[in-house]
Formats: sequence, structure tokens, C-alpha cells
Amino acid sequence: MQNNFPNEGMSVIVKTITRFTVWLIFLYGLYIVLHGHLSPGGGFAGGVIIALSYVHLTLAYGKNFVLARVDKFAMNSLESIAAILFVLTGIVGLYVVGNFLANFMGIGKLYTLISAGYIPMLNIFICVKVGMGLYLVFYYLASFKPQEG
Amino acid sequence: MPVDVWLYFILGFMIIGSIASLEIKNILSSIITIGVVGLGLSLAFLFLGAPDLALVQFVFEILCVIILIRAFAKRSIEVRALRRDVPETIIAIVILASIFVLSIFAFKDLPSFGKPIVRVAERYLAQAGVETGSQNIVTSVILNYRIYDTLGEVTVLFTAILGTFTILRKTGRKKRHAE
Repeated sequence: MQNNFPNEGMSVIVKTITRFTVWLIFLYGLYIVLHGHLSPGGGFAGGVIIALSYVHLTLAYGKNFVLARVDKFAMNSLESIAAILFVLTGIVGLYVVGNFLANFMGIGKLYTLISAGYIPMLNIFICVKVGMGLYLVFYYLASFKPQEG
Repeated sequence: MPVDVWLYFILGFMIIGSIASLEIKNILSSIITIGVVGLGLSLAFLFLGAPDLALVQFVFEILCVIILIRAFAKRSIEVRALRRDVPETIIAIVILASIFVLSIFAFKDLPSFGKPIVRVAERYLAQAGVETGSQNIVTSVILNYRIYDTLGEVTVLFTAILGTFTILRKTGRKKRHAE
């Protein structure tokens, strides 16, 4: 990856180590989300871990490095779209089964990755929402500068 | 050692940590001591056999400490030592002691450790796999049986993030029109 902001962030040691650790953290978050119905974890925990991988990158390389790759507007939109999709899933359940947020997909075979109906799908929505939202909260709180006087 | 002993140890550790975070004058050390409280809570969840909660508490605590450090550690925040008056201290101690005595009566009616009175949990433990197809029973509860709670939780988070954006954005709408 080409770094256009070499003077921001922490030292070379931290940046080098970050290159090895940040994708491990991201993959662990994805694993927690996708196996949320099989092992401990779920959308909330996985989303926070994914947000932490972005925070890790921001702390090591500076905020401009991350913002050059990920648009802030896209993050905002992803977060809102995930919330809307969550509610839309509920409305689909209302039409198909008769209850709001009812499980309208087949339960499938127990102990397999694709099972439990809509639970993995909702986990992914919650993950996107929590991950993007918490990273944006971190970004806004960390880059906020109170006015003097 | 039984679970109870570990819990007493961890809870004592957390109480000491919270008192220390109040008394420390350096703001960075104080924030790190708050982190000790949350990590102790995560350990307590782990000892009680709730790895889901322990995981969530652990990662949230790390995020909270990072946000607090980034938001407050470099600001020059004045720490003023509070001068406590004698009558105020006496009133505070009396109120705390009365709440403590009342809470002893209240806690006597609680069910004993490890024996919940809510019967619906037995049905979840027995039927969750068959009814929802989810191997992880915690997920089957929060995303199937009690999904309206999760919807409320998502809404709360959405509102909190919206509030953060509204307060901390750089230029207000009126100012941008003027430029």
C-alpha cells in the first residue's frame, strides 16, 4: 500500500507491526460474525472487533491514511442502510409468516454454517451497523478540537 | 476454588480500581484504571460461564479506553481538589449507611446463587436448537425469541451515533450557507 502521509501517526516499528496484525484482527471479527450462531460471539462483538481494526489502523497511520481509502460518507450510508435492512427483514417476516421479525427462512440442519434461518443475515447487518457506527464515533470524538476561549 | 471465591476476589479488585480512578490526579492513569474495572467485569462473566458477554465486554472496554484516551488525555484538564465540609460528609455517610441497611433487607428476597426463578430459561435450553436451528443458545435468544429487544438496542445505538454527529460536526448548516 502506498502511504501518502508518511509523517503522520506513530513510529516505523508500530507501522510495520500494524501491517501484520490489522488483517488478523479484521479476519477474527469476520469469523466471530459469520459463526455467531455456532460459537460465542455475534453481530455486536464482531462489529466492535472490525471497528477496532479500523481504530488500530487510524492510531498507527493517522486519520488521513484511512480516510483516503474509506469514504466517511460511505461509512455513514452503510450504517444507515444496515439499519434499514434490519427493519426490512422484519417487514418481510410480517408478509411471509404473519409476525414482525418472524423467521421466514428455513431452519436448516443444526451445527452447519448455513442454518438457523435469518440469524446469520441479521448478524451481518448488526455487524456492519455497529462496526461503521463505532468507528465513526471514535473518529469524531478523537478529531474534535474544542475552540479556545 | 469455587466460582464464588473468584467472584469476590474480582469484585473487590474492581471496587479498588474504581476508588483508585477517582483518587488519581493524572487523567491518563485515571482512564487506564477505569479500564481495569471493565476488564474485571469481563473476567467475572468468563467465570460465570458466559463467554459471549465476556467477549462483548472485553472489546467494548478496549474501545472505550481508546476513545477516552484519544478524547481527553492530551487536553489540559484542570484537576481541582475538593474541600469536603464536615456536615456534608456526615450527611453522605448517613445516607449511604441507610441505603446499605435497606439493601440488605432487599437482597434477602433474591433467589440464591445459581437458582433462577424465571422458568422460561429451561424452555430455551431444551428447545432452542430445535425451534431456531441455532447452536449458540445466546444468539438464538437475542436474535429470535427476544429480537424486539435487539431492535431496540440497534435503535439506541443509532440514536447515540446520530447525537454524536450532531454535536461534534465541524460546520453547522447555517454557517455553511453563509459562506
